Amino acid sequence: MLSALKQFGDTYLMWQEGPLIWISDILILVTLIAIVAALTYFKKWKWLWKEWLTTVDHKKIGIMYLICALLMFFRGGVDGLLMRTQLAFPNNTFLDAEHYDQIFTTHGTIMILFMAMPFIFALFNIAVPLQIGARDVAFPYLNAISFWLFFFAALLFNIAFVFGGSPDAGWTSYPPLTELGFDPGPGENFYLLSLQISGIGTIATGINFIATILKCRAPGMTLMRMPLFTWAVLASSIIILSVFPALTVALALLMLDRIFGTHFFTILHGGNPMMFVNLFWVWGHPEVYIVVLVAFGVYSEVVATFSRKRIFGYASMVASLMAITVVGDITWVHHFFTMGAGPDVNSFFAVTTMMVGIPTGVKIFNWLMTMYQGRIRLTLPMLWTLAFIACFVIAGATGVMLAAAPADYQFHNSYFLVAHFHQALIGGVVFGMLAGMYYWWPKMFGFKLDERLGRWAFWLYNIGFYVCFMPQYALGLMGMQRRMYTYPAGMGWGTLNFVSTIGAYMMGVAFLVIVAQVLYSIKYGERDVTGDPWDGRTLEWSLPSPVPHYNFAVIPTVTGRDMWWTLKQEGRTEELRPRPEDIRDVHMPKNSGRPFLMGVAFFVAGLGFCFWWYGLAVLGLLGVAACLLLRSFEYDDEHEIPAEEIRHVEASLGRL
Amino acid sequence: MSMTLERSGVRMASPDRPLEYSRPLESTRIFGFWLFMATDMLLFACLFATYLILVTHTDGGPTARDLFDVPGFTAETLILLTSSFTGGLATYAMRRRRLGLTLSLLAVTMLLGIAFVSFEASEFIHYAHIGATWQRSAFLSAFFTLVGTHGSHVSLGIVWMLSIMIQLARRGLTPVTARKVFIVNLYWHFLDVVWVFIFTVVYLMGVM
Amino acid sequence: MPRNPARRRIISTAAVVTGLLWLATGCGPEYLVLHPVGPVGRQELNLIVLSTILVLVVIVTVFGLLFYVVWRYRDKPDNSAPYRPEWSESRKLEILWWAIPIVIVGILGSFTVKTTYALVRPPEQNVKPLTVQVVSLNWKWLFLYPDQHVATVNYCEIPTGVPVQFELTADAPMNSFWVPQLGGQEYLMPGMAMQLWLQADEPATYYGHGANFTGEGFAHDEFRVVAVPASDFQEWTKQLQQSAPALTQAGYEQLKKPGLMGTASYGSFPPELFKDIVWTDGGRYMPGMMDMVSKPAGMTNAATGMNAMSGMGH
Ligand code: HEA
Ligand code: HEA
Ligand code: CUA
Ligand SMILES: [Cu+2]
Repeated sequence: MLSALKQFGDTYLMWQEGPLIWISDILILVTLIAIVAALTYFKKWKWLWKEWLTTVDHKKIGIMYLICALLMFFRGGVDGLLMRTQLAFPNNTFLDAEHYDQIFTTHGTIMILFMAMPFIFALFNIAVPLQIGARDVAFPYLNAISFWLFFFAALLFNIAFVFGGSPDAGWTSYPPLTELGFDPGPGENFYLLSLQISGIGTIATGINFIATILKCRAPGMTLMRMPLFTWAVLASSIIILSVFPALTVALALLMLDRIFGTHFFTILHGGNPMMFVNLFWVWGHPEVYIVVLVAFGVYSEVVATFSRKRIFGYASMVASLMAITVVGDITWVHHFFTMGAGPDVNSFFAVTTMMVGIPTGVKIFNWLMTMYQGRIRLTLPMLWTLAFIACFVIAGATGVMLAAAPADYQFHNSYFLVAHFHQALIGGVVFGMLAGMYYWWPKMFGFKLDERLGRWAFWLYNIGFYVCFMPQYALGLMGMQRRMYTYPAGMGWGTLNFVSTIGAYMMGVAFLVIVAQVLYSIKYGERDVTGDPWDGRTLEWSLPSPVPHYNFAVIPTVTGRDMWWTLKQEGRTEELRPRPEDIRDVHMPKNSGRPFLMGVAFFVAGLGFCFWWYGLAVLGLLGVAACLLLRSFEYDDEHEIPAEEIRHVEASLGRL
Repeated sequence: MSMTLERSGVRMASPDRPLEYSRPLESTRIFGFWLFMATDMLLFACLFATYLILVTHTDGGPTARDLFDVPGFTAETLILLTSSFTGGLATYAMRRRRLGLTLSLLAVTMLLGIAFVSFEASEFIHYAHIGATWQRSAFLSAFFTLVGTHGSHVSLGIVWMLSIMIQLARRGLTPVTARKVFIVNLYWHFLDVVWVFIFTVVYLMGVM
Repeated sequence: MPRNPARRRIISTAAVVTGLLWLATGCGPEYLVLHPVGPVGRQELNLIVLSTILVLVVIVTVFGLLFYVVWRYRDKPDNSAPYRPEWSESRKLEILWWAIPIVIVGILGSFTVKTTYALVRPPEQNVKPLTVQVVSLNWKWLFLYPDQHVATVNYCEIPTGVPVQFELTADAPMNSFWVPQLGGQEYLMPGMAMQLWLQADEPATYYGHGANFTGEGFAHDEFRVVAVPASDFQEWTKQLQQSAPALTQAGYEQLKKPGLMGTASYGSFPPELFKDIVWTDGGRYMPGMMDMVSKPAGMTNAATGMNAMSGMGH
């Protein structure tokens, strides 16, 4: 009995691996117990289920995405700090190769797929329906499914560290290194299955938001009157639809290799690993534009709002979004210029890659011109936006340097590359997500986040960023490769690595300050009673904060771009106030527990495949099928909010 | 009902549109399904690309020419094309509001689908018996995955069609059931188009 | 320091950027990429310098504009700068910033294309090149000299002033062959024989490392390239042929087992070894791939690498 327990502990819980695992086990256990205890003590189980787990309300789904994204930022950030700690000194032994490999793999994967992606989806959900004057997304039930697939996929990926072992072949997961022969444990399966499950949810989100934006706009909201954030979401969703299938296929084929013994990417029996590399980057490169375009959307809103000026060159802002969407799909080979595909191929992809800089530059200059002859208020969202412009221009510039194929032969897989992509991902995406979070926070929760603490976090994070990543460009030129868990003393890499680690810790502190800022502001933050704390321009600011369940008591009729701003200028804001006689009964989709259960079913199936436990896998898949069938037979999926109730709510908000 | 439409900010569509489009919400759902088919098409495109890369990678095992049997795949093709035709007729009948005819045409479509899947399954089983499993070579991995993905799409379509027939029988023709009939047929035609590519790229080019 | 936070931020970032530039230009020999010792690395450095200058123009312009605009148009009650909330179109300005990046991309693009084509040719046309075949194993480097019939592990000797054609493959996960001071890297992939030209001008020992992650031993996947005068090279090969042990097929299977080791030298190796590795790991499926592999002296290459790659998933 005892020995069976020990065997189980060693095989699945990896207790022989030492303190890192034990500490994680204890932390997880303590957190779980704390959550359960708190929910029970405050009698919140029912509330949790009714208000959150079963919700199909885009605003609540957005908030759940946001919370998950912040949690994952923390997990990924801790990974980052662990790596930096190991790399602070040459020949350091804080982490061994095995753990370091797992940590950079989970760091990259979590940051891109389980931090950046849910963060953009948080903003999709929070802002888009409100900006286009809709009551919800086109398919609210599907929206909930997307969220729960993401949630359980993230859970699956995260438990790997203490249950079975994390993947350890990089977020790019190239075979044949990831084939069974070189990588026998379940770790890589966790990568494959969790990305696959969240990928399904992501495709559904893409479909949902294209349909929402193209089909559910309020009357008068023509395409060329849409806020640029909504345009950015449309562009991002189009990229999702066009490239996620490639990831689906790449993951599926590698999974078949590992779980069913096929030979797509094995060395022997005719497999071709390069096929994976191509499929991966056909998705992987556009993926970075999926996330950064949404950040661009945020910047466009923020710059116009806080310069109190119309966005400059709206039409070319739209055109450049679309240009990036299209050109970004044909640049993927720049991730493997060094594969020797020949000068024709490399030249073609080098030039297409550089071409992306053209529309991106147009956006940068248009933002600058929006500020020009405006009145710039340095609020938190605006500060992050200004920091973005500086940071991202350098990131783009080094990107263009990488795009010069022969130069890339020297940069590839070195710390120069690591510095480039952190600058793009942090300076482009993270800054944008934080700007968006600060910007829409009052809309979500009804209060502002504290400015003073926010500024501390801002400066710490920014300075920390440059201190951490600028030395990495230099390290790359010194010949330091990425993904080394340690390095020798004689190369002269020690000092800069140490500096870099200091910067990383500054970013870590900045994150803690943001946490403190949120906690502080929950209690002391400035309440937003007007619904328009920033003197905004677009429709969402015409609504009270937080927005009532049904969003618009009466769907507005849109008469122009930046309509809310125009109405304010002309003193006609009354036009967007609901008149009692216009308020009718509203039908809204009913809450449902099924999306959550479907997530659970996918989780079960995923876990089954991870450990080659086919029985469990089939059980999970049957659960998924049952959820689908039950949904097909469901007709009574809407409930009615009587006009009387809406009038009552609006009156209590002082809007009637 | 009109409030539901307003939920998404969509105004009433004109009443003279086909039944499945008569409510904006249903029309949005059909649009969403088109988007889904676009991604699914790209998924198949990736599988086709993989197949084309790996088709010569037979590792000394059976090749396409060794395996494929002309009468077999021709029969599969004819069955599936016919089912697509009957599926199309079902939509037509649905638009004429002929419930009974719609149901029976859907049943025929479904039965043809079952026949197709059975043919394919027996083809696969036969290959496995002569040692041509998907573990044998990269070519066979790619073959089974591409054709099998199509086959499982068809199988899913069969179950789905059955569930819609039950709903149709229980609820009659409403904008909602009409939309479901329409969508499942869209899906069916889509699978038919994919099959035409499989027929050409995999089977015809394989035996040529 | 000015009290305005945006200004302070801009100044501090500018300071960091300048610092970096200073680091990168006024740097010592530890900046391997910036101190190439061969024509390949030099061509690449030229491109790096050109691209740096071009993007610096962009960076400086944007930083200048950003600094100016934020300072001039900040929201202060006593700010007398013009405020035009509705001004949002200017055909002329927009044409300007569609056009300027196009020009920059045009310049950089054409130099990139030129260098890309230049690098697939031997850097020195008048000297007879040397061929070295490289096999990446977990986690060691096997070098085969098809014409000298000698082999080494984790180090390779090359003559200075002679273009070296490295033929690259892996009998293990994908790796990348990188000797920063001699020039950029190229992948080693199972089932493929890729070609990389490098050339050393001066005798020295150069740092080389695998640059594509290969698993647990990756951090120690290091090798040395030892460049010596041509006569010494002759001497060295002769010595190995006479006194070093033979690498047998069985010995190769032993090497292939995952693990780390020091250096080793061999006086001979199975002549078809490289070809067999490429063939077994998938080269037989790539049209033209097998023709690309250098035969031992006397035989000729039938096809170039470019034809061979066309059949693959690029
Ligand atoms: C949000 C993320 C993001 C963004 C936006 C970008 C944007 C760009 N990236 Fe980056 N990149 C990554 C994330 C990102 N990248 C990641 C994660 C990797 C590595 C993955 C891995 O291997 O793990 C990577 C790797 C990567 C490589 C591969 C290098 C290698 O592996 O060896 C290359 C090569 O071309 C490249 C280039 C570019 C270019 C040209 C852009 C352009 O889009 C930039 C365009 C912007 C500008 C140029 C600035 C503004 C423009 C102007 C002011 C106008 C004038 C400018 C000029 C004309 C120059 N990137
Ligand atoms: C959006 C994406 C994103 C973000 C935000 C980050 C953020 C950070 N990254 Fe990440 N990184 C990637 C994406 C990202 N990274 C990717 C894709 C890779 C490639 C992976 C691969 O090779 O496969 C990578 C790889 C990578 C490497 C290279 C590893 C290697 O090749 O060997 C390094 C090393 O310095 C690094 C560091 C950091 C640091 C210090 C941060 C910091 O910004 C983090 C800030 C810190 C926090 C937010 C945490 C706050 C927490 C605390 C303060 C608690 C402290 C507790 C303890 C220390 C226990 N990252
Ligand atoms: Cu990659 Cu040939
Ligand atoms: Cu890219």
